[in-house]
Amino acid sequence: MVPTEYYVMLSALLFTIGVTGVLTRRNALVVFMSVELMLNSANLALVAFSRRWNHVDGQILTFFVITVAAAEVAVGLALLVGIFRTRRTTNVDEVNTMRG
Amino acid sequence: MELALFIITALVTVGAAVAMVLSHNAVHSALWLVLNFFGVAILYLLLNAPFLAMVQITVYAGAIMVLFLFVIMLLGSEKGQEEVNGLPWQTPVALVLAVVLVSIAGYAVFVSPTPALATQSGAAGTSTLTIGAPDEVARSLFTTYLLPFEITSVLLLVALIGAVVLTLKSREGDRA
Repeated sequence: MVPTEYYVMLSALLFTIGVTGVLTRRNALVVFMSVELMLNSANLALVAFSRRWNHVDGQILTFFVITVAAAEVAVGLALLVGIFRTRRTTNVDEVNTMRG
Repeated sequence: MELALFIITALVTVGAAVAMVLSHNAVHSALWLVLNFFGVAILYLLLNAPFLAMVQITVYAGAIMVLFLFVIMLLGSEKGQEEVNGLPWQTPVALVLAVVLVSIAGYAVFVSPTPALATQSGAAGTSTLTIGAPDEVARSLFTTYLLPFEITSVLLLVALIGAVVLTLKSREGDRA
């Protein structure tokens, strides 16, 4: 059995890569994908702890995270399409005013 | 054997994540992310969560990433606009802080573990690992967590309506 620590460390690593993606990329879609990566790494930690404590609650919570992520993607991508219609760009640096 | 599988999968997963962040084409990023999701699904299998692994592949790698690819190609934002970086100093700072974050995580996990990780006795024996079978997940989901489950369905409905309204409104705005 692979120790839980390894899974948690892998999860932290994936989370950090996601944070770096959010901070360094300018394409809103890639930023969004990095957020998905971060959610996914949190799920991995939840499932790892679920096995560690031999309890199914972590997996249930992961289901809810996946559902919320799906809802978030639907609304977020609709917002991006809306922004693209008015601004003609997906660069987050150019979308820095509420109205324009 | 299990450790070898874990290491290979972990390397693939981390490599795919790094490639996702570094890739200049958004479509390539999305495909790397799909590979990453498949790697995480294999890790779920290793963690005794077969049903979750299948959900991961269907919902994440299937539905969500298809939606992503669809929007990327709809907007035609595969390439470009990356050159316009309004905050050039942000990249090195972000890399330094990422290293710091990983170091802190490593310290928290290995050097000074939290009680949840430290107490080995709390974990059940490896032979009695019974969780994760679909029937047990379903039983817990439909008894203890029935209310959150139902609220989740309302949330999905709201998201559905929200997505439709958001895309409709801007079209009417163009006309007005």
